[in-house]
Amino acid sequence: MKAPPFAYHDPRSRDDLIGLLAELENAKLLAGGQSLVPMLNFRVVAPDHLIDINRIPDLAGIRLSADDVVLGAMTRQCDLHASADLAATAPIIRQALAHVGHFQTRSRGTIGGSCCHLDPAAELPALCALLDAEFDVAGPNGARIVKGGDWFKGYLESALEEREYLQSIRLRRWPAGHGYGFSEYARRRGDFAIAGAGALLEFAEDARIGRAAIVVFGVEPAPIRLVEAERMLVGQTFSEALLAEVAAQASALDAMADVHVSAAYRRRLAGVVTRRALAEAARPAREAV
Amino acid sequence: MSARKIHLTVNGEAVEAEVQARVNLADFLRQAIGLTGTHVGCEHGVCGACTIIVDGRPARACLMLAVQADGAKVETVESLGTPESLSELQQAFRDRHALQCGFCTPGMLMTIEALLRVEASPTREQIRDVLSGNLCRCTGYQAIVDAALDAAKARRGTR
Repeated sequence: MKAPPFAYHDPRSRDDLIGLLAELENAKLLAGGQSLVPMLNFRVVAPDHLIDINRIPDLAGIRLSADDVVLGAMTRQCDLHASADLAATAPIIRQALAHVGHFQTRSRGTIGGSCCHLDPAAELPALCALLDAEFDVAGPNGARIVKGGDWFKGYLESALEEREYLQSIRLRRWPAGHGYGFSEYARRRGDFAIAGAGALLEFAEDARIGRAAIVVFGVEPAPIRLVEAERMLVGQTFSEALLAEVAAQASALDAMADVHVSAAYRRRLAGVVTRRALAEAARPAREAV
Repeated sequence: MSARKIHLTVNGEAVEAEVQARVNLADFLRQAIGLTGTHVGCEHGVCGACTIIVDGRPARACLMLAVQADGAKVETVESLGTPESLSELQQAFRDRHALQCGFCTPGMLMTIEALLRVEASPTREQIRDVLSGNLCRCTGYQAIVDAALDAAKARRGTR
């Protein structure tokens, strides 16, 4: 089908954007368009106004500092994928990006768009959850920071308010040499995953786990950290028994059922992908032994 | 209604037109400019038939509004070659029988064209990965992958 009619706005500055957000009713923000334009074409959404933020300078970019990485909301997925700095700092991002849509959609798709659309099976919001993201949003009433888990309100629902826009995302850096692993299962390459997981591990000198982060996505309505499992892992030496215990926690999540698979299937798969991601993240410890 | 005047380059030629904001780039290319090589299949970014190259990058023409292409450099399948003088990639498709009905072919060609510009010696696996974004419902993908490999080889020999 074709998109319904709407008034089109393409502000050239953040100030102009905030002016439009303050003034317009029933407006939608257009980032990379790889989810919103299909929704327009299907007429799932019918905004009176479309505000295209592609022509605002400085909304895209990758900035690294000692402690974190700041990604402009309009940074394209292909640019994240190509960034050598990002791959060196947070290698899990490049690994996961290979699963984000396709070569052709990553040209336009953005990290901010993905995090605001918030498909439960999207990889980039899951990485943001994993890397303790802080979301920098702004609107007519000023700017605010939304921390980590507070961003993920539910199915296709972020903490972004009606008249706000996402400016950038700050991700926490992990020390060099940390373990990382990512695993997802989709029936066809490039499809949204039925379930996926990402894991990060930091090891102490004696090969004990110093810090752990695990995210599971596509299972519950929003990506979810396995907080209990993370706490349980700290101070332990990696083992098969630990893997099984964490996988069991993933399989106990409140999984969704849909047209593709049952909740039971998804719970089982959550355990499988979590096990794979965590085993991969434990490689540095195994290699050290 | 929201109409705009846009200026863009399509296959090296300057184009100026007035478009409704809701018209997508695929429909604009086909209907306003008459370049019907860009095919419209699913209209939601899944089938890949409308794949074109925008500012050097592969993109779904059905997922871009024509107004967003204001100032852009757009390349469509018509830019690749002519019936009398096929590009290496088109020739490889012909030699390898990499098409049957031909509906998906423009998108396949533009995806592989975009890949070969950034990766002169792609592996079979890399080609299969990028082609996961293009659906063929006739004949399968093996001959298409073969053609892409042939084209890469031919291009390395001549450029």
